[in-house]
Amino acid sequence: MNLSNGKGSMSTVTTTAVMKSGDAVSDQFPAGLRVLVVDDDPTCLMILEKMLRTCLYEVTKCNRAESALSLLRENKNGFDIVISDVHMPDMNGFKLLEHIGLEMDLPVIMMSADECKSVVMKGVTHGACDYLIKPVRIEALKNIWQHVVRKKKNEWKDAEQSGSAEEGDRQPKASDEADYSSSANEGSWRNSKKRRDEEEEAEDRDDTSTLKKPRVVWSVELHQQFVAAVDQLGIDKAVPKKILELMNVPGLTRENVASHLQKYRLYLRRLSGVSQHQNNLNNSFLGSQEATFGTISSINGIDLQTLAVTGQLPAQSLATLQAAGLGRSTAKTGVPMPLMDQRNLFSFENPRVRFGEGQQQHLSSSKPMNLLLGIPTNMEPKQLANLHQSTQSIAGLNMRVNASATQGNPLMMQMPQSQPRGQMLSEKTGPRVPRLPSSLGQPTVSNGISNGFLGRNGIAGNNRGTAYNPVPPNSSLLSFPMNQSSEVSVNNSLPLGSSPGISSITTKGSFQEEVTSGIKASGGFPSYDIFNELHHQKSHDWEITNPGLTYGASHHANPLQGNIDVSPSVLVHQGFSSTQQTGQTRDATLIGKAMFSLGEGSEQDNLQNAVQHLHPLLVDNSIRVKAERIPDASSQTNLFPDHYVQEDLMSALLKQQEGMGPAESEFEFDAYSLDNIPV
Amino acid sequence: MEVDQMQRQYLDYTKPLFLEGFLDGQFLQLQQLQDENNPDFVAEVVSLFFEDSERLLNDLTFSLEQKSIDFKKIDAHVHQLKGSSSSIGAQRVKNCCIAFRNFCEEQNIDACLSCLQQVKQEYCHVKNKLETLIRLEQQIVAAGGSIPTMEFSF
Repeated sequence: MNLSNGKGSMSTVTTTAVMKSGDAVSDQFPAGLRVLVVDDDPTCLMILEKMLRTCLYEVTKCNRAESALSLLRENKNGFDIVISDVHMPDMNGFKLLEHIGLEMDLPVIMMSADECKSVVMKGVTHGACDYLIKPVRIEALKNIWQHVVRKKKNEWKDAEQSGSAEEGDRQPKASDEADYSSSANEGSWRNSKKRRDEEEEAEDRDDTSTLKKPRVVWSVELHQQFVAAVDQLGIDKAVPKKILELMNVPGLTRENVASHLQKYRLYLRRLSGVSQHQNNLNNSFLGSQEATFGTISSINGIDLQTLAVTGQLPAQSLATLQAAGLGRSTAKTGVPMPLMDQRNLFSFENPRVRFGEGQQQHLSSSKPMNLLLGIPTNMEPKQLANLHQSTQSIAGLNMRVNASATQGNPLMMQMPQSQPRGQMLSEKTGPRVPRLPSSLGQPTVSNGISNGFLGRNGIAGNNRGTAYNPVPPNSSLLSFPMNQSSEVSVNNSLPLGSSPGISSITTKGSFQEEVTSGIKASGGFPSYDIFNELHHQKSHDWEITNPGLTYGASHHANPLQGNIDVSPSVLVHQGFSSTQQTGQTRDATLIGKAMFSLGEGSEQDNLQNAVQHLHPLLVDNSIRVKAERIPDASSQTNLFPDHYVQEDLMSALLKQQEGMGPAESEFEFDAYSLDNIPV
Repeated sequence: MEVDQMQRQYLDYTKPLFLEGFLDGQFLQLQQLQDENNPDFVAEVVSLFFEDSERLLNDLTFSLEQKSIDFKKIDAHVHQLKGSSSSIGAQRVKNCCIAFRNFCEEQNIDACLSCLQQVKQEYCHVKNKLETLIRLEQQIVAAGGSIPTMEFSF
């Protein structure tokens, strides 16, 4: 690869004209890039240092993660990019990645001799902006500056979005300047940085804050406030200005919020792509959930009662649901939905799990209601397992479903997220969307099953809400909707497959590319790893912000689900693109099928297959998924290994779907337009 | 000995190393990194590699001698050895490590033990070769010559 001019790979040219702004265009960019290298292997460390010096970067090396972190903390603006090994004795590279993302928001490149796709995927989902396989060649290092530029560019864009007209004017200039990817090496990146600062400054003046703001570090508390605000507003209504007002943090500007919001959305999207994690989760869940599956399958109509009977649904939720008039009876059509919803629940939960040990705690402590709906997405597999056990409710079912659906999770995850708090209704039971309360119960069940296609919307939200909601679990019933929304948000964070996220999920051959592209797309938001920590508190908040994101992704999956009647209005309310909703209304069976296909994949190679399956589903808005699924569906029954309880569920779903009819033939994912995610 | 004689000798010695797979393109990269500012870069990295590898091999031997074997730890060590050997360009060592890791996963003690033997052997071979190679290089430089670059296409 012709890295020697890495920029060469990026196409265009940028122009010296753009750079002018007074700064001397220096041919030295990216010389002077300040790199921090962390690796416990002294040989590699020395080689890397030498290579980076040869690239004219300023290198600092560290052989321990802890010392790297303290270096970064002391010197917040002292580095532009971090390169870290994955396997280190004192701290896992991914953890370091998360810390850096959370505290310093620097681009981080992971590297390892391990080229196993699952590990690379982990890097992607944790927010690494690139992943290098050892032995690292110097050409690969010559190109790392692109990540720095890209990040800055994204930040500019964020500022732009929330900016005023003036900003808009400046924007093009900024973008150009930021466009180093194009062949322009001119201008040191420092110049562009300065320029950006200037612009920010100007923007600031135009904006509420008057002084040039220093780079904002999104601490955990700040982020939580942010997520709470977004949650409150609803992902699609969450505009920076309002978020800023809600947050009421002195010194914070709209641009800060806007940029953070954008990242957040991308992060959620990216999370939804973590099918791998979900797979893991699924496995753990499946085992425990088997019993429940059987129940679920019979829940076509999602009888809350049934759920309750199975012990899945907490009495409260059941009551609520009923009160809400879910009218399970009508659920017939929606049957698939409930199941699917459950899957959704799980699906998003799984991704969450990955991120959040914290979640676990959250989950276990959450009341049953929460558990139902809110299987914390961040929950790690064990956490999820805990959840299941604790909740044993539908959520548990969902979880399982999710587990199996992990593959389908991307889809599922997305759904929940997209739903704003109140929207729980739509989430789960599709058809019942309007019925929030009822959907509560259902979603969990269906979520699990629908793995995200159908249920996503409703279920995800619900689940999330319960688990993560700031709303106390006790209030779950009433606050269920609230919870759900929070759930939703959580789900969002897990976006499995939203198109952007999906790209990261694809494990297929293009994996490598995907990884990078996925990462790039999200700008490698390591900061979103906050989820882990946040989920304790508000994990789901995140999700809400991206309801759109995830939803979109899920929508793709949903088209199949015809059964899910997520009422468009509800969905819209939730901020899901309307197309998404249609997706949901598709056959739930599709989801199930999709899940199966995913499930199949899991047999062989969980993640990869799942991703592959998901990928087509999610990303490819094509009938491909359908094709895949159908055969899968038929072979479902014995597809999965024992622990995949999904089979029962799936077969149940499939049966229903067959009854349902034609939906299957409508697998177009045209409903999906991830881009519909309202901003 | 004349410089060009030395250079020829160097090439005659080194080329087969590549052809036989002891070393790979990564080593060439290291050589290219060496310049007047860092005339001993390769020698330094190589000796670091030796130190590190010997430590790892000792740890591995020790671990495999235990009554209850901790495969995770062994895998971690092998992984690291794989990483450093691949960064140096010690291809055969790296390949051994890959096989070693597979056996670790399977928790096959006997296979692991034999892999360890193999790794040690390969390591000794490559160590000798590298030491000789570096000595030859240093001779050339001391005589005022420059180290000839290898022309291979990998």
